Amino acid sequence: MAKGIALHWRLIPRRYTLLGTECRSCGEKFFPPRQLCPNCRRGAKIKEFKFSGNGEIYSYTIVHSPPKGFEFMKPYVLAVIKLDEGPLLTAQIVDSKPEDIEIGRKVEMVFRKVIADGDSGIIRYAYKFRVKRE
Amino acid sequence: MKGIGIIGYGVYIPRYRIRVDEIARVWGANAESISNSLMVYEKSVPALDEDTATISVECARNAIQHSKINPSDIGAIYVGSESHPYIVKPTSTIVAAAIGATSELTAADYEFACKAGTAAIQTCMGLVALGMIRYGLAIGADTAQGKPGDALEYTASAGGGAYIIGREKLIAEIIDTYSFTTDTPDFWRREGQEFPSHGARFTGQPAYFRHVISAASGIMERNDLKPGDFDYVVFHQPNGKFPLRVARILGFKREQVMRGLVTPYIGNTYSGSTLIGLANILDDAVSGNLILAVSYGSGAGSDAFIIKVKKENERRRNKKTVKKFMEDKEYIDYSVYAKLKGKIKGVKLQK
Amino acid sequence: MPKRVGIIGVGSTKFGELWDYSFRDLITEAGTKAITDAGIDGKDIEALYIGSMSPGLFAEQEHISALVADYAGLSGIPATRVEAACASGGLALREAYIAIKSGLFDIVVAGGVEKMTDVSTESAMINLMGAGDQEWEAFKGVTFPALYALMTRRHMFEYGTTIEQISMVSVKNHHNATLNPNAQFQFEVSIEDVMNSPIVADPLRLLHCSPITDGASAVILASEEKAKKLSDEVVWISASALATDTIALHDRKSLSRINSSVIAARNAYEQAKIKPKDIDFAEVHDCFSIAEIMAIEALGFCEFGNGGKITEDGETALDGSIPINPSGGLKAKGHPVGATGIAQAVEAVLQLTGRAGRRQVDDAEIGLIHNVGGSGATSVVHILER
Repeated sequence: MAKGIALHWRLIPRRYTLLGTECRSCGEKFFPPRQLCPNCRRGAKIKEFKFSGNGEIYSYTIVHSPPKGFEFMKPYVLAVIKLDEGPLLTAQIVDSKPEDIEIGRKVEMVFRKVIADGDSGIIRYAYKFRVKRE
Repeated sequence: MKGIGIIGYGVYIPRYRIRVDEIARVWGANAESISNSLMVYEKSVPALDEDTATISVECARNAIQHSKINPSDIGAIYVGSESHPYIVKPTSTIVAAAIGATSELTAADYEFACKAGTAAIQTCMGLVALGMIRYGLAIGADTAQGKPGDALEYTASAGGGAYIIGREKLIAEIIDTYSFTTDTPDFWRREGQEFPSHGARFTGQPAYFRHVISAASGIMERNDLKPGDFDYVVFHQPNGKFPLRVARILGFKREQVMRGLVTPYIGNTYSGSTLIGLANILDDAVSGNLILAVSYGSGAGSDAFIIKVKKENERRRNKKTVKKFMEDKEYIDYSVYAKLKGKIKGVKLQK
Repeated sequence: MPKRVGIIGVGSTKFGELWDYSFRDLITEAGTKAITDAGIDGKDIEALYIGSMSPGLFAEQEHISALVADYAGLSGIPATRVEAACASGGLALREAYIAIKSGLFDIVVAGGVEKMTDVSTESAMINLMGAGDQEWEAFKGVTFPALYALMTRRHMFEYGTTIEQISMVSVKNHHNATLNPNAQFQFEVSIEDVMNSPIVADPLRLLHCSPITDGASAVILASEEKAKKLSDEVVWISASALATDTIALHDRKSLSRINSSVIAARNAYEQAKIKPKDIDFAEVHDCFSIAEIMAIEALGFCEFGNGGKITEDGETALDGSIPINPSGGLKAKGHPVGATGIAQAVEAVLQLTGRAGRRQVDDAEIGLIHNVGGSGATSVVHILER
């Protein structure tokens, strides 16, 4: 199953390390990264920006009906996380107790396997989050 | 070898634990006698989305955070494991990409059973000594697989340790390193085999004990030191008993070994074993402390290190201590364990 | 430019798990019914617009513009496929409207079709995620129920909307569908049934989610001059609006509000020169029960945050002040993704021409239809009147 290898490879620095972009013209930061600032458009100065990996839970759900490939992860927490630096992203929350999952809870990024392509294809890793320990 | 040592370190131990009692229950074995003979009570179990690569990245990130270095200054990365996620395709490059290293580095994966991580440290020391690199990242990590019902199933666990080696702001200087290596088939796994095989009692005296004792004696003799000169000693720890026995044979006291002994509560993290034990010592050690660390890898060999702790270790304590990882835990039963460890046919995190 | 554009005929297949019907069978039946209803000949049709989200993934079939024209016996005419995920139908209607409004054509057919049951449910879930962000949502194990669950959580957090209120949407729509012979589900459900149904993505349960459905619908549009000649029951399209928003849910300004619907609705009311209170009924996009609540807020039928309350108060029931989804909605009528937008138009026309049988809304003169793509990245709103 060699589908989408280049697509994943291209996104490795972003998916492994929360490397996004910043528009130096208006100061807005983007993750997932954008090469075109919707505010400044062609007048934008886009530079790379590394996010700290810290954020808080903005919304969450617990998936009981997973898509193909994720069956054995259920139930798993999916959340929209607001990064400290501003942007929101979607990610799984792992290693956390159900009672700790609530809007506003502080989270930190971890590195985990997302899925493998069958028995012989590549393994795709990316950011997930977990509730910050005291 | 003056002025080369450890700038920082980091460990990672997965959260799930399974008790020895629980494993014994499934196989109709006597839990108490197993716990007593092995001195292991519970072991760590990786989650379905964890593997040696994710563990390596986590401990590398912790090591970099502790070292306060810029990852782009890392010139070499070596990951030692016997459970690399790919048979062909390095784990070290995944780590490199995940820590934000540049492309200007050398990397490779090591395999030498449980001592692959310490071999990585030795390599980094050499490259630093040569002036070839400024910082080297040495990692030993594993998600070890135990054959159902076999003695090793009670101890094979998951975890890792990472060390940043260099010359600057050392928390501990590596005074010397000495290795003892032979071709000894005590524990092995052939290609395509899911579980390793071992020589049972052959893995004792001719394997673990011969090499650990030879390396420890060799390094102490070369440096004119005796067991009493050390504040701490840490050995590779496939169970809780072997390190205590080898310590006694070499002439160390129980108090010197205990701090570095982590296996009773997290199991044998294989390539992570000596490294996590050493980290637990460093979490506690103060300036002037002398540490003897001796790893062991089946096949077989031992790498010994004499480490002198510096003042910087007290100034720059690691916030992510081994103790914190050991205490952050959640128990599971054998059915969940079998699911997570791929022992149930068809259960995989894949499309 | 012609003054107005009207609908002169409608047709729809039954919606459901139609094992005996292929993609081609579905659209051919819907189209034939529409042509018959319009009282015209196939060869009177000058252009074809077809909406379908994913025949490529469901049946490995692309190029359906030519395929549909071919199987409709209309091979040769200009045929265009449009796609905006679950808003493909609404988009097809809009393109057909624009084609006539521009003066280029006088009689056009707009159809929508989706054949979803030839693949497994897990595969269907994956195919549907194409409506979201593949790289930053789908990749993470996100499903559509999960996206709407994330919106539900925020709506509950910001406005205190309860799961009971959300469940009432399902109860109402199931009831309406018992009066709709073409609906996929024709049974009542109680609040307890809904709240105890298996959990899909917390807090959304099975009975909060629209089903996997096969189906097709078609409408015939005509320019004012032609329409008046061909029919004395023309339903006029007095507004057509389309708006987009970010593809990924996490890039929106709000997770509790479908902004593309707010903009499209505002635009539509301006075009038709009316206000929300002038609308007699609406077919809205309840892919998940929460979506109906967010829809009625976006369409201005109540304040933001009050959608749950007015549902609870019965305002949106068939005999309420603003009947919503008299057909049974996507939840109970079924949601063959690409067909839905057109099916909504079919229902609106039936209501406005007094042909809605037992689910007829009294004195229906102005109707609104609302079709959304994905988690709100596209919204299409049309206003229809007698």
